[in-house]
Amino acid sequence: MFPKPIQKASPAMQWLYALALPLALVLWLLPLLGVAVTSVRPASDLAQGNYFGMPSTLAFGNYLEIFTQTPMANYIRNSFFVTIPTVIGAVTLSCLAGFALGVYRFRSNLLVFFMFVAGNFVPFQILMVPVRDLTVSTGLYNTYTGLILFHVAFQTGFCTLFMRNFIKALPFELIESARVEGVSEWRIFRYIVLPLMRPAIAALSVLVFTFIWNEYFWATVLTQGAEVQPVTAGLFSLNGQWIAQWHLVSAGSIVAALPPVLMFFLMQRHFIAGLTLGATKG
Amino acid sequence: MTGSSTAAMPVASAPKRSYWRRNQRRLAPWLFLAPGVIMFLIYVIWPIANSIWLSFYDWDGLGQKTWLGLANYAELLDDENFYISLKNNVIWLVLFMLAVPIGLFIAIFLNQTVTGIRIYKSLFFFPFVISQVVVGLIFSWFYAPNFGLLYKLVEWATGTGIAFLAEPNYVTYALVVAGLWPQIAYCMILYLTGLNNISPDQIEAARLDGAKGWRMLWYVVIPQLRPATFIAIVVTVIGALRSFDIVSIMTDGGPFGSSRVLSFYMYEQALSEYGYRMGYGAAIAVILFLIMMVFISGFIWKMVKDEREG
Repeated sequence: MFPKPIQKASPAMQWLYALALPLALVLWLLPLLGVAVTSVRPASDLAQGNYFGMPSTLAFGNYLEIFTQTPMANYIRNSFFVTIPTVIGAVTLSCLAGFALGVYRFRSNLLVFFMFVAGNFVPFQILMVPVRDLTVSTGLYNTYTGLILFHVAFQTGFCTLFMRNFIKALPFELIESARVEGVSEWRIFRYIVLPLMRPAIAALSVLVFTFIWNEYFWATVLTQGAEVQPVTAGLFSLNGQWIAQWHLVSAGSIVAALPPVLMFFLMQRHFIAGLTLGATKG
Repeated sequence: MTGSSTAAMPVASAPKRSYWRRNQRRLAPWLFLAPGVIMFLIYVIWPIANSIWLSFYDWDGLGQKTWLGLANYAELLDDENFYISLKNNVIWLVLFMLAVPIGLFIAIFLNQTVTGIRIYKSLFFFPFVISQVVVGLIFSWFYAPNFGLLYKLVEWATGTGIAFLAEPNYVTYALVVAGLWPQIAYCMILYLTGLNNISPDQIEAARLDGAKGWRMLWYVVIPQLRPATFIAIVVTVIGALRSFDIVSIMTDGGPFGSSRVLSFYMYEQALSEYGYRMGYGAAIAVILFLIMMVFISGFIWKMVKDEREG
């Protein structure tokens, strides 16, 4: 193990480490802590210049205010309506494509695979004008569907990379023996491979949920207004209206951050497994 | 992920089977691929080609397209804002690479087995889970003049506070710091996983040979972390060149356009109150794309090599 376990160090070092851990954490999360405290600070505190002291009262009313005075609830709903279908769509398509690339040997296999990988890295701006144009001309501008279709297509790149590598690591003998038995290719996928992919499906679902929930660029390019815009774009326009009302900005930020944070803490193992794919092999 | 899979030998097919039966194994991959590939072609591959084509036209997004040849690119060469954006992209790229060593450092710091360490690791990872929009707002508050935490700290230390986001000379650095926060968390988690998988035998062997501290890190640990380092560099380079959210949220390119990056400048030209210059925007996007292609081809080249060696 590296570094040497702290238990083998001198008592003074152990004591120092025990002290350094919480200190480093507080420093690391300092901006976040500040915002969390500000989100429950009454507006009067800010007016009187009490920015850092204890809030004079815990003003949970700030949270009530953003839900009653702004379309925050709408934005949150929109985010769910965009994110959940995208997760289902991207994971489904990448299960199919990952199976094709992981199991079959055909000449353009690597070519298709690296098309997905490379496409995944391109700057969004090179896609922006044509994708927006396509979305407008098909009547999908400012609809959930327009945003979902793009996200599904783009996320399929990353997800296929993930699925293909996962399937390649499965024991191939399973598939071979099923073929010898005369099982059709579709049934091999459906009843043999798919059940084994559960961990990969879980990991990708959590990751894609977080990516899409947090996505901002396409939300501003393909939607407008509180009817359809997800919370990231909504927060941007609210920030414009709330000039210097930091207690509201803070409360809004915390609310917008909450769903992926909950998702992360509930599904931490899957999340990290997905994110660190490839960080260990080789 | 070793390429242990080999194609099954084709099963001898009876002569009277249907076309589908006979060719199932050959057709199946394409049927499985079709939905994903079609979507990807429509929304990713075709738009790249279309943008390149558009970059040779003058187009407001609605009316007639007018052929300009290379005029959009020629205009870029004389566009001061383009050079500012390009310079800022370089600053982003160079400083963003700090995420890799800092992430490694924090991972080493946290790679212990004391009570509660799992919670510490999760909380250190926290910034990556929240949206860049929220990160941007958090740092706007952190930098805010007169009452922001950092402003106050600088004021306390030097006597006068600095409004980092209002100073053309500092603003890009302030944005990079905000962007680094989640990126360091990402690199940290990659390295934590990497450290977890280091072979303890080699560490022990090196320890017996008297290696410790920096020498151990440099000669024994870092070579074993190569896969993690590769991914950390890939995601950091891509993240740096993709920076858009932070700029849009925190400064909207300002003050006086001094914090623009290419991705943001493109958006501004093609889709904002500055006008709908789709062709010019596409030309900026093509330049950014070409810059990224240099890195992408490098990454792909290495991945193909690994794949072949399998």
